[in-house]
Amino acid sequence: MATAAPGTVALELRDVSKTFGQVVALSSGSLTVTTGSIHALVGENGAGKSTMVKIIAGLYRPDGGTYALFGEAVDFRTTAEAKDAGIAVIYQEPTLFPDLSVTENIFMGRQPRGRLGRIDRKAMDTEARALFARLGVPIDPERPADGLSIADQQIIEIAKAISLDARVLIMDEPTAALSGVEVERLMTIARALRDEGRALVFISHRFDEVFSLCDTITVMRDGAYVSTDRIADVTVDDIVRRLVGRDVDDLYPKQEAEIGEVVLEISGLTRAGLFHDVDLQVRRGEIVGLAGLVGAGRSEIVQAAFGVDPYDAGTVKVNGKKVPPNDPAAAIRLGIALVPEDRRKHGLVLDSTITRNITMAIRRRLSRAGLLSSGAEVTTARDWASRLEVKTTTLDTLAGTLSGGNQQKVVLAKWLSTRPDVLIVDEPTRGIDVGTKAEVHRLLSELAGEGMAVLMISSELPEVLGMADRVVVVHEGRITAELNREDATPEAVMYAATNTQGASA
Amino acid sequence: MSTATPTAPTTAPPPPPTTGDRVRKLLQARETGIVLAFLAVLAVTTAINPSFLFSKDGWRDLFLTPSILVVLAVGQAIVIITRNVDLSVGSILGLVAYATGRMFVDTGLPILVVLLLGVLFGVVLGLINGALVAFAKVPALVITLGTLYVYRGVMMSWAGSDRINASDIPSGLLSFGTSSILWIPSLAWISFIVLAIGAYLMGRTRGGREMYAIGSDPDAATLYGLKKTKRTLVAFAASGGLAGLAGVLYVARYGTISSGAGLGIEFEAVGAAVIGGVAIFGGSGTVLGAAVGAYLLMTINRGLPILGIQDFWQRAVVGLLIIVAIVLDKVLKDRQHKKLLAERDAE
Repeated sequence: MATAAPGTVALELRDVSKTFGQVVALSSGSLTVTTGSIHALVGENGAGKSTMVKIIAGLYRPDGGTYALFGEAVDFRTTAEAKDAGIAVIYQEPTLFPDLSVTENIFMGRQPRGRLGRIDRKAMDTEARALFARLGVPIDPERPADGLSIADQQIIEIAKAISLDARVLIMDEPTAALSGVEVERLMTIARALRDEGRALVFISHRFDEVFSLCDTITVMRDGAYVSTDRIADVTVDDIVRRLVGRDVDDLYPKQEAEIGEVVLEISGLTRAGLFHDVDLQVRRGEIVGLAGLVGAGRSEIVQAAFGVDPYDAGTVKVNGKKVPPNDPAAAIRLGIALVPEDRRKHGLVLDSTITRNITMAIRRRLSRAGLLSSGAEVTTARDWASRLEVKTTTLDTLAGTLSGGNQQKVVLAKWLSTRPDVLIVDEPTRGIDVGTKAEVHRLLSELAGEGMAVLMISSELPEVLGMADRVVVVHEGRITAELNREDATPEAVMYAATNTQGASA
Repeated sequence: MSTATPTAPTTAPPPPPTTGDRVRKLLQARETGIVLAFLAVLAVTTAINPSFLFSKDGWRDLFLTPSILVVLAVGQAIVIITRNVDLSVGSILGLVAYATGRMFVDTGLPILVVLLLGVLFGVVLGLINGALVAFAKVPALVITLGTLYVYRGVMMSWAGSDRINASDIPSGLLSFGTSSILWIPSLAWISFIVLAIGAYLMGRTRGGREMYAIGSDPDAATLYGLKKTKRTLVAFAASGGLAGLAGVLYVARYGTISSGAGLGIEFEAVGAAVIGGVAIFGGSGTVLGAAVGAYLLMTINRGLPILGIQDFWQRAVVGLLIIVAIVLDKVLKDRQHKKLLAERDAE
C-alpha cells in the first residue's frame, strides 16, 4: 500500500467524549496527526490519553465527537475493524500469547493460507525473518513469546504493525519499562517508520524523549484538549505548566529534617550473581536515594533486606535488632515497610476494595478475638485514604479500577498504616502523573520530617537529586558511590552508575 | 546488562532451523514422552504376559478399548486449549447413545441417517454449553458441571428403567462395531480419522491456531480482534459433536444402553488430555498428545490386573499419573521459562 504524501492528515479526532457510568473519562479530546511525523501526546495520568487511544484502537466507541481517518469518518466497533483500517497500537505492556511462537504472535488471525485453509508456515517464517532483519533485531521467530523482555515484546508488536502495513501507529508509553539502550533502539525504529511516511503517536511521561523524538506535541488535561504545537516552538517548562495547570516549583518539596541515629543498617549483604558486599545505612529523618541503571540490582537488594528473597551472607538490622532472613512478617514487625515497584502485581489485590487493601497488612492488629470488624477496617482506611488524598467516590471501589497514581497512594497507605520506622519505596512514582508525583514527594518528605527513615529507589535522576539527603549508587550489584546532597550532581551519579571512572568495582 | 559487551553468539540473528533442529525438537516434544511411557507400559506388561500384545484379542483390545476415549479426548483437548473444560461429555455420550437406540427402535430411518442425527444431536448439546459459556460469561467448569447433571437427568427421565438391548440395534451396526479393517478394529480407524482431522484443524488452520491464542491469553485475543465468541462456540460444538460420535460408537460397540452409559468418562477424557500434555490453563498441548494420553490411560487400566495390582489400586494409579503429568508439565514449563529468562539476561 502506498502511503500518502508527508503532511497529509492521517488521523483526526475532534471533541470526542467517553463516559463510564458517572465517570467522565474523556470530555473533549482532539488530536490531528499527519503522515511522516511523530506526534507526542502528553498529559497527566487520568487526563484521558489512554481512553483516547482505546477509542482510536476500536476498543471503545466514543459517545460524542468525530473520528476520521485520511479524511473519512470512521466508527470502529471492534479492534479488528480498526486494524483493517491501518491502525496499530503498541501498548506499554504488550499483550502477546506466551505459549505461541514469535511468528505466530505476529501473524495471528491473518496467517497466509494455501489450499484447504492450510497455513503456509514457510511463507510466515520467511516474512518474520525478513521483518526482524529489517528492524535489525536478533529475535528468533521460532521461540515462544514467553520470557521476552518488554522491549522485545514491543518490537514484535511493531513487526506486526509493519507486516500489516499500518499507516497509523500509536505507541502508548512504550519506554516506561525500557533501559537506555532499548529506548535508543525503539527511537531509531520509530524514526525509520516516520521516514517511511507513516503517522506515529508517541505517548510518554519522559520529556527528554518527547523532545528528541517528536515533531509535534499535543497536551491534554482533565479529559480535554489543551494545545498543539510544533515541538520547536515550546519548552519543557511550557508543557509542564500546561499539563498541571500550575507552576511546578513545588515538584520536589524537600523539607529539612533533623537527622538522627541509624535505623536501618545493612552490612555485607551478598547474593551470588545479584549483589555483593552491600553496606547501607539509613538514619532517622533521612531520605536515602538508591540510584543506578535499570537492572543494577537495587530492587533485589531491598527485597532481600525485607526478607522476600534469600541472601547468602550479611546482616540487616533495624534499631539495632537483627532482621531474620526470609521472613517478611518479622521484618514488618520490626518496623520495615516495602512499597514494591510493581504495584499491580506485588502491591495490591486488584480485585479487592480500597479498604481491604489498606488494612491488608494490619488485619491482626485491627481484629478482636480473631474477628475482623469492617467498622474498624473502614475507620482506618478512611483516615489513611484522606491523609493521602486517594481520589475516589467510595472506599468500596476495587483497587484495580483506580488510576496508577491513586493505586500507588493506596499501597503507600497500606504500608504507612503499619507505622514503620523504615520505609523502603521502589520506584515510587513510576508511571504516575506529575501532579500526583509531587504529592508523593511531599508525603515522603513529610514522613522523613516526622522521623521516618526512608530508602528510595528511583531511576529518575531529578527525583533522586531532588529528594534525597544522601545518594547511594549501585552498579552491577555493588555500591560504587555514596554522595551527600550537595555533592550529588547528575554527572557524579551517572559516572558511578555506569562505573566509567576507575576500573575497580 | 545493557552496557556494551561484545555480542554473544546467541544474539546473532538465528539461522532458519536445519533438519537436525527439527529432529531435536521432535525428540523434546511433550508427546514423545507420553509415547515412550505408553511403549514402556506395553513392553513391561507384554513381558509378563505375552498374550497382552501377541494374541488376537490382546491386539484387538489394544486399539479397541481406547477408541471411544480417543474421540472424547480430542474434543476435550480442543476445549481445554481454549482455556475451558467440558465436563458434560459423558452425559452427552449417554444421551446421544440412548437417543440413537430409540431411533432404531421407534423409527425406520436408515442406519447412516440415525448415526448422523446422533452426532448432530451432540453438536446441539455442545452448542448449548458453548452459548452459555460465551454469552453468560460463566466459567465453563460451572456451566458444564450443570449440564452434566441436566443432560444425564434428561436421559434418565426419558429412559426411566427402560434400556436398549442389543436385539434392538441393527445387526449391521453391531457387526461393524466388532469388525476390523487391515487388522485394526474399525472403531479405532474412526478414532484415527477424527484424530487426523482434529490435528490438522488445530495445527494448520487459522481457526485452530486462534483457539490456542484465545487459551494462551484471552485479553490479548481481544486486542488482536480474534473472534472469541465464535471460536468458543465452535470448540464446544466440536466437543459435543465428538461426544455424540462417541455415543454412536458406544452403541455400535456395546449394543446395550442403560442410563449409566458414559457415566464418569468425562474425567477420563480430561485425564487423557492432561496426561497427554494439554495444559489445563489452555494455550498449549496437542490433540495428538491427548489421544496418546487416552491410549496410555486405557492400556494402564488393562495392564494393571496383569501386573497383579489390586482392583482398587488401579484408580489410585491413574490419579497418580494425572498428578505426575501436571506436576511434570509445571516443572518443565517453569524450567523453560527460567531458561528463556536466563537467555535474555545473557544478552
